[in-house]
Amino acid sequence: MLKKGLFRNPKNELEGSGKRRKSVSDKKKAEGMKAQFVCPVCKENMAWNEFAENYFVCDCGYHYKMGARQRIDFIADTGTFRELYADLTSKDILSFPEYAEKLKRAQATSGEKEAVICATAKIAGIDCAVFTMEGDFMMGSMGSVVGEKITRLFEYADQNKLPVVGFTVSGGARMQEGIISLMQMAKTSGAVKKHGDNGGFYLCVLTNPTTGGVTASFAMEADIILAEPGALIGFAGPRVIEQTIRRKLPPGFQTAEFLLEKGFVDRIAPRSEQRELVGKILSLHEKRR
Amino acid sequence: MNNAYEKVKLSRAKDRPTALKYIENVFEDFIEFHGDRYFADDPSIVGGIASLNGIGITVIGIEKGAGTKEKIRRNFGSPNPEGYRKALRLMKQAEKFSRPVVCIVDTSGAFPGIGPEERGQGLAIASNLMEMMTLKTPILSIFIGEGGSGGALALAVADEVWMLENAMYSVISPEGCASILWKDSKRVKDAAESLKLTAQDMLELKVAEKIIPENKKDFSVMSRYLKKHIVEFLKEKQRLDIQTLLEKRYQRFRAYGEFFEK
Repeated sequence: MLKKGLFRNPKNELEGSGKRRKSVSDKKKAEGMKAQFVCPVCKENMAWNEFAENYFVCDCGYHYKMGARQRIDFIADTGTFRELYADLTSKDILSFPEYAEKLKRAQATSGEKEAVICATAKIAGIDCAVFTMEGDFMMGSMGSVVGEKITRLFEYADQNKLPVVGFTVSGGARMQEGIISLMQMAKTSGAVKKHGDNGGFYLCVLTNPTTGGVTASFAMEADIILAEPGALIGFAGPRVIEQTIRRKLPPGFQTAEFLLEKGFVDRIAPRSEQRELVGKILSLHEKRR
Repeated sequence: MNNAYEKVKLSRAKDRPTALKYIENVFEDFIEFHGDRYFADDPSIVGGIASLNGIGITVIGIEKGAGTKEKIRRNFGSPNPEGYRKALRLMKQAEKFSRPVVCIVDTSGAFPGIGPEERGQGLAIASNLMEMMTLKTPILSIFIGEGGSGGALALAVADEVWMLENAMYSVISPEGCASILWKDSKRVKDAAESLKLTAQDMLELKVAEKIIPENKKDFSVMSRYLKKHIVEFLKEKQRLDIQTLLEKRYQRFRAYGEFFEK
């Protein structure tokens, strides 16, 4: 559906500003007729290909989900992506009911081996270690593999003096690996700390949704935290909170904008501005030799 | 088969001794300190200094409260962010004055509410995980009852974790697991079994180093046992230079996880 390099080289300023492009080839139009995106917020229809060219953002500002590989394509300079630790796959360590089948299904539906992709890539010409999470893989949950890949990436970035740029989307720790999933929170936090203590720079973009054990570990541990508009970000999920306090949550609770107001994220970063913004921030963190 | 859920019930039993009882019986001269210096004092977490055989210790515990009134005041041992921030403040103080840290863990989890989300529950836990990993003093965490997820881990990035015989430690409560995975609260027992959350499981999975035998009839037997072993732990850890201690702590957590490669 999405061609590699689709987001490369905006032809003009407008293209990067979130405006819908008007000129679409007849062929693309025909494809678009088959697949329409209906925005859950404003209910407008949009052709899929047009929607994809608009970084999966509706004209009303709604940010639709983006796959881990689409993210990397989106943020990295063309042809600079080198995947790391791609061979790691999960093991049903506790013989947890239905886990093995769920893993297989997740691999089939997402087309990924696990819920995170790690890589080295250039962003705005700067060498980085990058991770992007895959929401379609068991809700981006963190088990041994996600924990191990994130930890290795930070250790690699520490050894090679690279900044880390990450995009989170996660329902939290993966129940099916029990306490070992919980331990990944401490494990990743240790690696983030080591990278940071040695002067490494870490930028994280929180996307919809980022909750639970990922929020309470590497998502919130970045030097600079950006968030996509409207993203749900929190520790406890809204349903759990409602059940606990037995009342409805106020509108806008736990959104990116709410976190900005409360002082927990540095900036809201619409997708159309992310490449430029992340590039600028990275260039200001380049080490002088 | 349903042994695990029986243990969960024991770990939550109403008459189970809470953190303060351990603190008062195992240590001497406990002086409680309050507040996170930013927002408030969280009664769910108690902390301060005490002595153990003449050694100064920083002690921090999650306190569920004994009796209904106390339980309500202490939010049933479900901490708010300011509780975790108070704990971190006291740990940093322990580092400064070279005091070892002993944490007593007993919580169903960090409190899921409006206030804690507004004040950064996720960040508070994350900060403790990061800072404890490199805290330059020995840390011991003892689970006396429930060890509920991130809210327990935020006081358990330690050099060793000990579990009381009937304590539990889990990524999610068996109730939460059954309702999310199977939409069936009746499968709580299956969930408890599948999650592998008992003290014995923790020993097998190398999440804990020691199981502390319980003595329901005579609390002093347990507190003497704990005292003896904590003293030994401190002796052993204080022999290590700080860099070795921290490297061991990092590797302790680095080793968790099993997967296929290729």
